[in-house]
Amino acid sequence: MLESSRLHPAVTRGFAGAVAPPVADMRPLGMDAIDRVLGGGLLPGRLHEIFARERADEASATGLAVMFALALTSPSVPVLWLREESAQRKAGLYGPGLMDLGIDPARLILGVLPDPKALLRAAVDALRCCALGVVILELGGNPPVLDLTASRRLGLAAESSGVTPLLLRLRDARPMPSAAQTRWDVAGAPSAPLAADAPGHAALNLSLLRQRGGPAGFDWTVEWDRDAVCFRPAALPGARLPVSGGGYAPPGGADDGAGAQDWRIAV
Amino acid sequence: MLRLAERTTEPERRTGASPSDRAGEPPLVFTVKERGAYRLHALDEPALAMGLEPGMALADARARLPDLRAVPHDAEAEGRFIERLADLCDRFTPMVAIALPEGLVLDIEGCVHLFGGEVALARDAVRLMRTQGLRVRSARAGTPEAALALARLENINPPPTGGGRPLPQAVVEGYPPSTLATPLRQRKALPPALAGEKRKRALTETERLHRLPLLALRVDVDVRHALRRAGFVTIGDLAPLPAAPLAARFGASLVDALGRLLGRIDSRITPRRLPAPIRTERRFAEPVAHVETVMAVLGELLAQACETLAERHQGGRRFAARLYRSDGATRDLAVETGQPVRDPAVVLRLFEERIEALSDPLDPGFGFDIVRLSVPIAEGRSDPQARLDGDPARDADLAALLDRLSVRAGAQRYRRLVPRDTHIPERATRLARVSEADPPPWETAVADEPPLRPLTLLDPPERIEVMAQVPDGPPRQFRWRGSVHRIARQEGPERIAPEWWRRRDGYSTNPGFTRDYYRVEDEAGRRYWVFRLGLYERETEQPDWYVHGLFA
Repeated sequence: MLESSRLHPAVTRGFAGAVAPPVADMRPLGMDAIDRVLGGGLLPGRLHEIFARERADEASATGLAVMFALALTSPSVPVLWLREESAQRKAGLYGPGLMDLGIDPARLILGVLPDPKALLRAAVDALRCCALGVVILELGGNPPVLDLTASRRLGLAAESSGVTPLLLRLRDARPMPSAAQTRWDVAGAPSAPLAADAPGHAALNLSLLRQRGGPAGFDWTVEWDRDAVCFRPAALPGARLPVSGGGYAPPGGADDGAGAQDWRIAV
Repeated sequence: MLRLAERTTEPERRTGASPSDRAGEPPLVFTVKERGAYRLHALDEPALAMGLEPGMALADARARLPDLRAVPHDAEAEGRFIERLADLCDRFTPMVAIALPEGLVLDIEGCVHLFGGEVALARDAVRLMRTQGLRVRSARAGTPEAALALARLENINPPPTGGGRPLPQAVVEGYPPSTLATPLRQRKALPPALAGEKRKRALTETERLHRLPLLALRVDVDVRHALRRAGFVTIGDLAPLPAAPLAARFGASLVDALGRLLGRIDSRITPRRLPAPIRTERRFAEPVAHVETVMAVLGELLAQACETLAERHQGGRRFAARLYRSDGATRDLAVETGQPVRDPAVVLRLFEERIEALSDPLDPGFGFDIVRLSVPIAEGRSDPQARLDGDPARDADLAALLDRLSVRAGAQRYRRLVPRDTHIPERATRLARVSEADPPPWETAVADEPPLRPLTLLDPPERIEVMAQVPDGPPRQFRWRGSVHRIARQEGPERIAPEWWRRRDGYSTNPGFTRDYYRVEDEAGRRYWVFRLGLYERETEQPDWYVHGLFA
């Protein structure tokens, strides 16, 4: 309850008096390191926020939303993906690519809304519908309507039904106070190369920025295992870390090590 | 009882052109596949004039007329067309029956006076059919069989005087007179003597029936053969004979058919039964000025309408409410649903959403006098069935949610991704309506393969500047949106050729550029799907590069 002291007393009361949600079983993400920090996994029926670290990492953030949706639901449960019209016009979700990440696009219902306000309103309605498993809200920038009240509304609607909202914040979104259970920051990570130096499985660098009632501030570099529907520690990025003073030569050749100063440490 | 039968000609209606439009065009025939061969089913007048006949093999017809246009006969479309004509005839009488092939029987008993007599009614009906671009033959008679027979066969064959002329083989052999054009041609060949006789004295209905050929009898071909072998040519030959010997020799079906034709046996039509449209309304003694009251009344009307729907085993797809204000203004509200529904609460909620989403709010003014609700579109609704891949309650919940969301934002905003069978990446995903039935499944990914297709596809692809060691080699570095990406890993090319067969001019002139796709990963760990447009030197000197998609 980090923000509760700053809230209007009525909101605080409402929050304190809210019936404790049926503590559904946590949905493990498959990597012990992450699941330990999260206390078992992602909590369904709560708001989870995903930020792209930079503009270029938006596809990685989108991918993480898909992965979380997969981890949170069983295979036949429908997923509603709400996007803004401007986002859909520029880059559409691609069915074969979704399939390649493990989510059957037939499960997906795509809602393209004209503005963030309509999107949030549709999301609150959808979150009350138990037939859905996950609602992904993709929002660009920092729309004024997405304030603390809006995120609380999402959280309350989700708690009543058990549907999990995933708030995907793209296009230079900055974290703001919100009612999110967890907040993630994601960037692309070099993948474990396959034969002939081909790009491998989706690899991401995850930062847990915030966790309500739990520890935060962790970084992991993970690889998505589509077939097992879980994360696993990225196989090689550790080997690509610049080791200070070490005599390590990256396998890709001498020219690969130059720009690698900002690799994060994998734990 | 008087009945009217109408016949239509089919070639015109299916091409949708009137005969004058098609002057100079080659003859048109409709074919059906029979025992492995295409046979002519229906012909237009030029085709008949060329001596083609229904039942003839298409190959033979083509041998005579190489420029013949042959179109497969579409029985279903024809059925729909006749249904539509029957709908049109509802204005004369509610008792309309479809008499296949290509006939409508109207029971006009009791409604003649509304149209100024039988003759006037028949003339109106014929005119109505003509406005549809049809050629029509109509007849009035005491029984449906007689009316149909007269409409189909009267004046087609000259009544035999003395020995009589042999009937044309096509008709005698019982090729259904579906090919109306046959009668038309024959009519032209009407001997002047008969026409003169007709002018002299109007024949009675019985006399006209007696002149009809044996084809007017609805009996098996065998029976007709037997009759002809016994020397009978017209109905008139059979009519005076006693029934018992006829039945003994040719079977009871002949006597029955003859009786129905001549009105000796009572015969009725089976009219189409159209369900009455669902409409309920409530009139108020005093105008009601509260929207809440109106909604409550609307709820009651919905309950009534849904009860009717339940009796019909249907669900409404569209519900329309009209509010009549006391000052004469009306307000229309309509909601649509993705699945047929008959739950009043669900529909009422949609109406509430609809009112909430109105740009100008519902203004009761001095109050509403009448609330009327109708269900213009209702469909059969099977009771929910258990499916293997989901439970029905969840599907129903989801459908209700989507209806609610669609009412507010518009149904076109909610879509499902459906695969399309093509190699062209940007065409491979189609956005379909959520309610679309049975979408094709997506191809599953091969186990342990990395993602080969990007998660998002840029539309249009964005141009990039690429450095490559050789012009037709893999990229080494590219500049996109102002920043340089050095490529650490790549895989490719995956060559995707253009679908030149979709082009109007085919392959010959400009087949389009081939694309070479590469999966690349830059040093920061971001994965892109880039392609080179055009094969170097073979298709273009300066191939352009584009980034088409982004991987997770």
